[in-house]
Amino acid sequence: MTLPSLRGRAAVAGIGELKPTRYAEGRTVPHLMLEAARLAMLDARMRPADIDGLLVAPAIMGAPVTFASMMAEYLGLQPHYLDIVDTGGASAASQFIRAAAAVTTGLCQAVLCVTADALDPSTFYTRGATMMGLPAAEFERPYGPMGANSGYALIAQRHMYEFGTTSEQLAKVAVDQRTNACANPMAIFYGQPITIDDVLNSPLVVDPLHLLEIVMPCTGGAAFIVTTPERARESGHPVVALLGAGEACTHASITYRTPMTTSPIVESAGRAFEMAGVVPANIDLVSVYDCYTITVVITLEDAGFCEKGRGGPFVAEHDLTYRGDLPLNTHGGQLSFGQPGLAGGASHITEAVRQLRGEAGERQVPNCELAFVNGNGGILSEQASLVLGRIA
Amino acid sequence: MTQTAEYSKPLPRPTLISKPFWDGLRQEKLLVQRCRNCGRLQHYPRPHCIVCLSQDLEWAEMSGRGTVYSFTVVRRPAHPAFAADVPYVLAVIELEEGPHMSGNVVGTPVEEVRIGLPVTAVFDHVTPEVTLLKWRPAG
Ligand SMILES: [Zn+2]
Repeated sequence: MTLPSLRGRAAVAGIGELKPTRYAEGRTVPHLMLEAARLAMLDARMRPADIDGLLVAPAIMGAPVTFASMMAEYLGLQPHYLDIVDTGGASAASQFIRAAAAVTTGLCQAVLCVTADALDPSTFYTRGATMMGLPAAEFERPYGPMGANSGYALIAQRHMYEFGTTSEQLAKVAVDQRTNACANPMAIFYGQPITIDDVLNSPLVVDPLHLLEIVMPCTGGAAFIVTTPERARESGHPVVALLGAGEACTHASITYRTPMTTSPIVESAGRAFEMAGVVPANIDLVSVYDCYTITVVITLEDAGFCEKGRGGPFVAEHDLTYRGDLPLNTHGGQLSFGQPGLAGGASHITEAVRQLRGEAGERQVPNCELAFVNGNGGILSEQASLVLGRIA
Repeated sequence: MTQTAEYSKPLPRPTLISKPFWDGLRQEKLLVQRCRNCGRLQHYPRPHCIVCLSQDLEWAEMSGRGTVYSFTVVRRPAHPAFAADVPYVLAVIELEEGPHMSGNVVGTPVEEVRIGLPVTAVFDHVTPEVTLLKWRPAG
């Protein structure tokens, strides 16, 4: 099948990202979005008048109707294209694809994609409480699911049962990513290395997942600007273009997904690689959604970096650090950089851009030319896969 | 009615479409929608068959037997009302007729639960109005 191609037709002009903090300390979601957007515009050498498209995403608590126009006004934009994108954790990657499509079709020239979240400890238990009428409220919540935690625990347990994956193998993902975070002063766990024993000795929260295998919600924001490769060049940075993109969604609740251990990344990554005309072996940097250790293992399998079921041994056999043979989540990933709501999924994009530009500092991957980015929403439910590359 | 006031965990709010499922549980029957056109079983209930679009659906009684497809032990309460219950087992049950359902495995130490464990339906009348479907090891 020949896919309509976005290959090489849109690029990143600028990125902006806030250092995650645990709590909001008075800052609101619009405040954080503005801080991140300002950094992206400065990085792109653009002013608000140069931005004619806006894609926002909800906070974890939700977003009101007309949130996109509220944010356009707050940002001082008068866009020709605006929307709110919600594919859960995949929202930032989905924003990238929609922005590229808008730029490619001429709807607008430069799209600001922004995500942020402000964590307030008093609202932990009320999240998602407004799902009245949705099946999850009726058929799952009475049994005490622990949000995404229990969903991914069910997947991990089943993966161990089907393929013999071990907790030691899963822990290796958290440890290597923490090593990466220790080379990233922006990471929330900067300066705090961990070992496999630390992970295995951390409390079991939802069997078989330990505390250090579970992402920590925090506060922060991220933004990036998608435009034509020609305009991206005016930023003065090496140009990072979208070479391939794919999305897929097969379910919302993991309860009804069979096989539970195979994700729609098979389709989303397959489409992205096909559009880009490359294969996983060509990839220099893997920058993929990591809400839990098991998410990374299944992503590597389903995107084709290893055989299905071999993800556990694969992560154990490869060095996933920035100096390793398979550099993965070199910013620390959400597990160690932090997960500021849906901006957590943007961190995989901003890091890929830094690495492809050669601006990653101490943790720079040598000769980094091609990156695979994956955004994951829900319980391995909705996927947005990107192949990004530096172009001449 | 005192019992209702004391039960503080989330309760289902049956809809026009799902009410027969919850009424069935109160009568200790596990009912699942079956499409009279294509024969497919469908859980959770919906206004039509999502494969063939037929609205000709009937409620079929299941055996109440199944196996644990996957499970987790929840060791920290996700909601304050579950604090007294931890650790508890949240599982996906595969009915012997095929459909998957979310539920708790009860009546056994959490260490005894494993994937493939045969289980039987337990009808837990948590309030005068609501019966929740739970599962215990078979036999
Ligand atoms: Zn049918």
